[in-house]
Amino acid sequence: MLTLLAYAVLGIFFIGFGRRLWIYSQAPAPLLIPTTPAPVTRLGVMGRLFREVVFFESLFKGDKLAWIASYLFHGALAVVLIRHIRYFVDPLPALFAHFQIFGILAGLAMVGGLGLLFLRRLVIDRVRYISSPSDYLVLLLLIGIGVTGLAMTFLFRPDIVTIKEVMTNLFSFSSLSLPLFSFGDALFILHLSLVGLLLVIFPFSKLMHMGGIFFSPTRNQVDNPREVRHVNPWDGQK
Amino acid sequence: MADYDVPEIPEDIETPSLEPGTMGHLAPYPSVEKHMKPLGFPAAKVDNWQEEGIEKLGSMLEKYKSLQVFLDICVKCGACADKCHYYLGTKDPNNMPVARADLLRQVYRRYYTAAGKFAPGLVGAKDFDQETLDKWFTYYHQCSQCRRCSVFCPYGIDTAEITMAAREIMDAIGVGHKYTTEIVAKVHEVGNNLGIPKPALKGTLEFLEEDILETTGHDVRLPLDVEGADVLLVPPSADFFSEPHIMSLMGYAKVFHQAGISYTISSVASEAANFGMFIGSFEQKQKIAKRIAEQAQDLKVKRLVVGECGHAWRVAYSFWNTLNGPFDYLDPRYPAPQHICEFTHDLYQQGALTFDKEANDEYTVTMHDSCNVARASRMGPNPGGQFEIPRALIRATCNKYVEMDPETIREKTFCCGGGGGLLTDELMDLRIKGALPRVTALKRVMDQDGVNFLALICAICKAQFTKVLPMYGIPMDTVGGVHQLVSNAIQLGAKKGII
Repeated sequence: MLTLLAYAVLGIFFIGFGRRLWIYSQAPAPLLIPTTPAPVTRLGVMGRLFREVVFFESLFKGDKLAWIASYLFHGALAVVLIRHIRYFVDPLPALFAHFQIFGILAGLAMVGGLGLLFLRRLVIDRVRYISSPSDYLVLLLLIGIGVTGLAMTFLFRPDIVTIKEVMTNLFSFSSLSLPLFSFGDALFILHLSLVGLLLVIFPFSKLMHMGGIFFSPTRNQVDNPREVRHVNPWDGQK
Repeated sequence: MADYDVPEIPEDIETPSLEPGTMGHLAPYPSVEKHMKPLGFPAAKVDNWQEEGIEKLGSMLEKYKSLQVFLDICVKCGACADKCHYYLGTKDPNNMPVARADLLRQVYRRYYTAAGKFAPGLVGAKDFDQETLDKWFTYYHQCSQCRRCSVFCPYGIDTAEITMAAREIMDAIGVGHKYTTEIVAKVHEVGNNLGIPKPALKGTLEFLEEDILETTGHDVRLPLDVEGADVLLVPPSADFFSEPHIMSLMGYAKVFHQAGISYTISSVASEAANFGMFIGSFEQKQKIAKRIAEQAQDLKVKRLVVGECGHAWRVAYSFWNTLNGPFDYLDPRYPAPQHICEFTHDLYQQGALTFDKEANDEYTVTMHDSCNVARASRMGPNPGGQFEIPRALIRATCNKYVEMDPETIREKTFCCGGGGGLLTDELMDLRIKGALPRVTALKRVMDQDGVNFLALICAICKAQFTKVLPMYGIPMDTVGGVHQLVSNAIQLGAKKGII
């Protein structure tokens, strides 16, 4: 049952995400529209995208508070995800064994960053005006995931040994089932369900910004229209 | 002149609190049959406009990667919200770029996403109804497609692309904008935006030749339709028509004269501007661009040079190669096309031109970067050349030059308030308020540094500022072109031809 559900959730996520990326990649770009000044070489464009994805360069120029909050969240999320490798891999490589403390601090930073993003959305009139219920709910969902995760570390510890056994065998149709003997175990089930929900809504929501940014013509095009002729694929002429 | 509510110029550019609906009343004049028909658009709003509009949106999603990606991935972070000059000037929340884009995104979500079909309220999806269409017509004609928001967006979402798409959809259902469609129709009919016919153009050029001869003693030519010239010069038609534009035209002519390069203006392609961009139509953009390429071939020129016009330079630099087919008939040693500033700057660097800076000593100059040049094109081989080359020309021709607030120039420049097909009198209220951020930065250097010349490289900026600056109490003659400064400073006869 749990295995089936896991397959379903991951199936929706990967197929849905892949389908969106396929649509983005196949949509034609009739004209060159990089926001200039733009790099004049492909390598330069890779640098531009790298700076956008790793440092949120444009957001830094645009909104310092949003940058701090979202950088805190995204950076911490990356660390937290790396820390979670310990729950899926056996035996655990030594590198990750000493990662615990960073992971836990990052968990706090992640929830802090999300909280800031949520507050900012509520308090700044411009951002409040443009927010739909879904914009708040996604933040609450992520906060829920973070808080249940932290609560398992600080308040109610679940039966982590059994859970790890279940998770490492999740895709093998074993007859194992999740423990539900303590409050911590229940928290884990909630934590896992929220993550599942996040994965299911991912391809249908603005979370697609994760993949979409690589297809943004204003960022991924080379500024070389006079040097290399760009052809509009749906233009009749060649 | 009607009474307009001209804002006080603040000390510094301020981000206002929202005042919903301040600009809800200001829609442009709708287009009519006589202007819609020649462009292949329905003469009036079609009966099944909802269906047709939704269908058009669907077909455009398959044609424009920008539209598909931008409609999907906005996270509503609000980084763009306070970057639009129209929002800063009007306080209307629908003039925040993200809110403007949302007017289209709501409809996209409703009909083209699962979330919007099943839970429209949750994700802010809306039906394409009359109320939505009215908002589109109003607020998609309060965007000058200046791309300032796209500089600050973490995903590079460019509201200009969204605005163009919305206008294209509206045109397809017969809801057009009078000013822009009328102008496109005129380009096809006469050859230029202002509807100047060949005899009038010829007369103007001859008058200018006499004028230059009288004031300088030099026989500077402004040739029309000369076959076999080296260069086809394509200025915006305003350069033939009004002050201060015409001063720049004289500047170009003197540069050609002094460098000894033969050139011609074409009566058929007597317009660099391409309002096809403003109405968002690829086909119209192409049709308008084609007539220039055809003239270049008919007149057997070797080079194409474009005058001081912002969006025209975007179309020429970024789009001509795509729209017009390969430029294999032009001389491959020169970029095709070339901006007049690149052209003059190259000649200056080669030593073909001599400038007397003192000729501009009455001026303390500052430079307003035009949005389409700044954020949608380039000059010279390096990124940012579009900022450096015009400034290099100003510095070569003037002794006194200062910059405005760095947050308001180069790629962060503010639109003049009249771009994107909004340079029409019924939108004057918007144009005045949209100019406020630029006026604020300008006023400061006027007060602090004694600036009295705002150097421009765009016909729309020139037309907009000559009209709007006086309303803010800034003299009209503060406005001028970069080649006006060149024209003043160039030494005719001192050295002739390329070394």
